[in-house]
Amino acid sequence: MNRVLLTGNGAAAWGARLAEADYIPSFPITPQTEIIETLERWCTDGEMDGTVVTLESEHSMITAAAAAAATGVRVFTATSSQGLMYGMEMIYTVAGWRAPFVLVNVSRALATPVTLEPDHTDVLGARDSGFLQIHCATCQEVLDSVLIAYRLGEDARVRLPAIVNEDGFYLSFTREPVELPDPDAVRRFLPPFRSRGIEFRASRPISQAVAVLGSAPYSYFRYEAHLAALAALPAYDEAAAAFASEFGRRWPAVEAYRAEDAEIVYFMIGSFATKAKDAVDRLREAGRKIGLVRPRLLRPYPEGALRQHLLGKRAVIVIDQNLSMGKGGVLYAELASALYGRPGAPLLVSFVGALGGRDITAEEFYEMAKVARQAADAGVAPEPRLLYTAGELRELRTLQAIAGAERRTIT
Amino acid sequence: MERGVITRPDLVVVADETLVPIPAAGVLQGLSERTVLLLGSAERRETWQDRLKVPGPVLALPVSAQSGDHGVLAQIGASCAGAAARLLGVIRRESLARALQEEIAKFGSAAVAANLECALAAFDAMAPHAGLVAASAEIGAGDYRAPEWVDLPLEEAAVAAPDIHGALTSELAITGTWRTHMPVIDYERCNRCSWICSTFCPDSAIKVAADHTPRIDLDHCKGCLVCVAVCPPHAIRAVPEREAAREHSR
Repeated sequence: MNRVLLTGNGAAAWGARLAEADYIPSFPITPQTEIIETLERWCTDGEMDGTVVTLESEHSMITAAAAAAATGVRVFTATSSQGLMYGMEMIYTVAGWRAPFVLVNVSRALATPVTLEPDHTDVLGARDSGFLQIHCATCQEVLDSVLIAYRLGEDARVRLPAIVNEDGFYLSFTREPVELPDPDAVRRFLPPFRSRGIEFRASRPISQAVAVLGSAPYSYFRYEAHLAALAALPAYDEAAAAFASEFGRRWPAVEAYRAEDAEIVYFMIGSFATKAKDAVDRLREAGRKIGLVRPRLLRPYPEGALRQHLLGKRAVIVIDQNLSMGKGGVLYAELASALYGRPGAPLLVSFVGALGGRDITAEEFYEMAKVARQAADAGVAPEPRLLYTAGELRELRTLQAIAGAERRTIT
Repeated sequence: MERGVITRPDLVVVADETLVPIPAAGVLQGLSERTVLLLGSAERRETWQDRLKVPGPVLALPVSAQSGDHGVLAQIGASCAGAAARLLGVIRRESLARALQEEIAKFGSAAVAANLECALAAFDAMAPHAGLVAASAEIGAGDYRAPEWVDLPLEEAAVAAPDIHGALTSELAITGTWRTHMPVIDYERCNRCSWICSTFCPDSAIKVAADHTPRIDLDHCKGCLVCVAVCPPHAIRAVPEREAAREHSR
């Protein structure tokens, strides 16, 4: 067993190395850069066989990634936040090529205003693209998920690119003990990609999904990609089972922590779910029947597993580290659609928090549980709430006063 | 183990003492009477304890990021790690040495030796305080202080758009404290080219007077030393900050 201290970025790079990625198009952006720097060093030193190429933008980088994937080689790439946004045209375009590769997104909140810290609005912008999405809570999970993502995307039933998401800073720059899987075991779990017809070659021209089509054939191809994404649900379960038997670590599509006998559960993705786990332990000590349900797989949406875990609960506390302007939390709306009208559907209590990396304190987790309990007793869901304190608002007022014009308006 | 912000630290290590007075750095946030504050500083712990009035114990490591000695500066991280390891009281000297060797190996044996020396010296220096840092208890869910949540009001866009109307607010931030080295112009050698250092300065901290003489705004010069590199007659030299401060006070 080889246990080392790795950042989330280091873990992502190790995932690509162990998957024996052949081609790594790259472009630097905080807080992702360490991933490509690490891979570049390994490829230069000969510790890894792949080729790292720096492109001039994320738009070109994602195009290059998919074009290389279309030759049947294994491709890895990584970006973050504004970089993902800049490449978004190609994110939506290349998913339709049905050539699998893995992209690690290091979540960082979007402008405006500018921040470097994480929330999930960036990766949710790719939600409807056709990319599969796996969301991580620990550095170990980042490494393991890269391997699982390759197996899943390359599955003959699926053949779609996949995003593995980790939180900027809280995972990307935080070193944790990570078990490095044995390379031979990885080769057993993830044999070389058998591309089965994905074989774009020089001097053998084919047209890669460039035909302009009318509505009916267009609908066919779009819906086929959707069906392929749905087929990734059983394929994921198989991949996770194979991973568990090879490496002993279980990464189900939906993680349930002390949830079975729980009356109320937290529902969230990403590294702050580890805080929710801690809150669950403390609340259990205080006699509360509470748990955590964390979807790792967000695309495809594991509706069946979520219903299994959540129907019959009194209330679900949905914590969204994202914001859809004019609607609210994305996870909340999606979960409502999965549970609506089902017998035993729990009350959903929506919180939006941790925007731009804002912390969620233990006290806030306890208070959210209290609000959910009271809502369940009353049978009425409260209005969605932004996690924001009077102290934070006071500090903001100071900033506004410094900024100038607001001084006159506010005071 | 939970990820994210450490709101109630048991140990705070500040490698660079110049961060302490910068509010945005927030290095003193969350300190309680049980939090140990370890500062990389040539000044004595009593001075810091008196200056900061923090509720918990303060310790000083007699090295500083402001040191003019490049060798010591490069190993400040190792020194802090060594001291912190001793303060925790659960890390053995051999384990520290082994971890450092693994960590630094890629930089070559000279770097390993230099870092080991600093780390182990700091480890030994902290012997009187071994085990001073103890893990504080978790906040229980039964008895906690409820967060004071507020509903944000809708405000007009003139207020709620993230614009800065106040002129020159960035001038109020004295970034000159970030320097480890100060650029000093030798006016005998300066050929009054009138534009090279001032144009390359990424912080616009060099102004050229009507007689073509450049002046460095030391309140805002961050010490990047680009000017030192680009000056054609090599008229700008880099002086370690501490040394420069001594020269100034003379």
